[in-house]
Amino acid sequence: MAERCAVIGVGQTHHKSKRDDVSIAGLVREAAKMALADADLTWTDIDAVVIGKAPDMFEGNMMPELYLAPALGAVGKPMFRVHTAGSVGGSTALVAAHLISSGIHKRVLTVAYEKQSDSDAMWALSVPQPFAAPLLAGAGGYFAPHIRAYMRRSGAPEYIGRMVAVKDRKNAMRNPYAHLHIADIDMKMVEESMMLWDPLRYLEACPSSDGAAAMVLSSEDALSGQYPPAWIHGMAMRSEPTMFAGRDQVNPRAGRDCSADVYAQAGITDPRRQIDVAEVYVPFSWYEPMWLENLGFCDLGDGWKLTESGATAFDGDIPWNTSGGVLSSNPIGASGMLRFLEVAMQVRGQAGEHQIDGARVALGQAYGGGSQFFAMWVVGGDKP
Amino acid sequence: MSAAAARRTPRPVSIASFAQAHNVRRDDEHNEVEILMPVVAEVFGNIGITKDDIDFICSGSTDYLIGGPFSFVTALDAVGVWPPKSESHVEMDGAWALYEAWVLLQEGEIDAALVYSFGRSSPGNLNEILALQLDPYYVAPLWPDPVSLAALQARALIDAGKATEADFAAIASRSRRDALDNPKAQVANDIPAEKLLEDEYVVSPLRRHALPPITDGVAAIVLAAGDKARQWSEKPVWITGFDHRIETHALGARDLTSSPSTVRAAEGAGVSDGPIDVAEIHAPFAHQEIILKEALGLDDTVVVNPSGGPLAANPLMSAGLIRIGEAATRISSGRAHRAVAHATSGPCLQQNLVCVLEGE
Repeated sequence: MAERCAVIGVGQTHHKSKRDDVSIAGLVREAAKMALADADLTWTDIDAVVIGKAPDMFEGNMMPELYLAPALGAVGKPMFRVHTAGSVGGSTALVAAHLISSGIHKRVLTVAYEKQSDSDAMWALSVPQPFAAPLLAGAGGYFAPHIRAYMRRSGAPEYIGRMVAVKDRKNAMRNPYAHLHIADIDMKMVEESMMLWDPLRYLEACPSSDGAAAMVLSSEDALSGQYPPAWIHGMAMRSEPTMFAGRDQVNPRAGRDCSADVYAQAGITDPRRQIDVAEVYVPFSWYEPMWLENLGFCDLGDGWKLTESGATAFDGDIPWNTSGGVLSSNPIGASGMLRFLEVAMQVRGQAGEHQIDGARVALGQAYGGGSQFFAMWVVGGDKP
Repeated sequence: MSAAAARRTPRPVSIASFAQAHNVRRDDEHNEVEILMPVVAEVFGNIGITKDDIDFICSGSTDYLIGGPFSFVTALDAVGVWPPKSESHVEMDGAWALYEAWVLLQEGEIDAALVYSFGRSSPGNLNEILALQLDPYYVAPLWPDPVSLAALQARALIDAGKATEADFAAIASRSRRDALDNPKAQVANDIPAEKLLEDEYVVSPLRRHALPPITDGVAAIVLAAGDKARQWSEKPVWITGFDHRIETHALGARDLTSSPSTVRAAEGAGVSDGPIDVAEIHAPFAHQEIILKEALGLDDTVVVNPSGGPLAANPLMSAGLIRIGEAATRISSGRAHRAVAHATSGPCLQQNLVCVLEGE
């Protein structure tokens, strides 16, 4: 029987295009120290460190956990490195949580980061490989055709993507750590921004950010911290093959299976009614309506109608991406962990201006690769 | 509180099956998926199972060997995860992937896991690639290669009076002679140590024989717990202790002649709780076996690297996982009762993992 596990400390950097005031070690330490302070702990209280990031080629450091061990107080301790594509920030938190729920450790520090300004992610994503057709498209070029497929299937009007882009950037105005703060964002500004990958315009895409996220996870008998714990009610990962005939890339089965697993653990049968707030990996605007359907918040084909109705807005009945989401901050390796971290902040009541009153049950989701990797958790203010 | 005092009794988990590719200097004809597929088929076929019997998958690899991002993404096609599976990946040797799977099995909610690792060292220049593991601001720009760093460590060992060049040659000679009995080994021969000492230095004090070969290879292990452990093995080999630790990255701040992270991991895994018959030690350079043997607390009665060890085949990202597989095979074939397997990562043994295995 698994042990209970809770988030007792969170920390993140100010996310920016270039954090040239800090090294990579300085960046991860900034988030980690904030998480330790939030948990009322010091480095010596930590049993193990679990770190994650997206491909090493993004910064040009092979297995950077080796170099970062002393900066994260890991010397003499177990240090573990996770890499599962864009879902990695979420997967990293889950690997750390399993070290607690398995009974092996009492307190684990988990950290995720990306320092995108050290390199060019678009290049690193598109290195030609033998025997493989070169994509040379980056992530947006990969996902745009799937977005077109969604629009055709669901009959969604073109302006839905722009609505998501505006909504998440407005939420970011409430979050002092968000990368993008576009005070006068509106539908017209998004519509007039440059077309990048039809139908995605510049302001419908995530930024490139430097940033880090950190959490302290604890067992039930080692709780501490400035705020009440966020208890993990369910956690799951799912992967499916990248390419095969019949794969539904618009509504991937791995995402549906992953949410079914995590909902079963958390006792959720009606996500729209039972989940108070959700942070979902939406790097391109249209992924909000697509994931609304994939995560079971509505029937197939109705995701865009929920977005259009304002249900996912800050004052809607199921606020999505209250932090501003990936559309407002995208340190890739940390982007998944920021989703998991934001929902922990919400149920702990520490989200400040982006706090949803009375949030008790929250869903964090991250996806990666060509939407074939998923990681999710449900956290709650009540002990499971 | 010491690691030993804090130790809990783990849920019994068995090494139900192990397979590895033929370790070769260069496999130009197959990509990673093609090398993995027959090994995954073998690791399932050994015990008559399919992927449908597996609850969790974890793999270990590094993008820098293939020279592209997300090398684990296509590697997953070697298993074919449809319907979707619970799956994860570490940018570490497969021994750490095995650790992650073992952690999940500890919770008692799943009973079977597939672990695999892969890497082709041949396409790139390892001396350049591994220099990228170093501190990116102060060390990597100097491009210190792994052989030179290992040579610094070997020199420190000699200066401390803990070993001689003849000791390195003896280890290399023994390893490659033992590898004659390992059909998967890459370098196997019977050359006396005195003859090896006639080799030229590659980087003093390391002669060619003290270096690992450059290897393309993959490995896979199935872990089982609960009823499946008994169904899949008549005489299961159990993991009875498992721990891993890291040291500082700053080479100048370390005593390179010792391995305190291995000492702590061995304590956490309970190596000294009983006699050890055999040790499979991930010492890519001959002199590192001396450091690790001392850190693991092993005396001269322990058989070290009967497979030939990493001096006979050193597939990056798999050489640690293979140590666990080889140690388990030694027990399941009745030639040992209690074994220790070790894996390392980083320059000069910066990070170390220790796994204790026992038969019934």
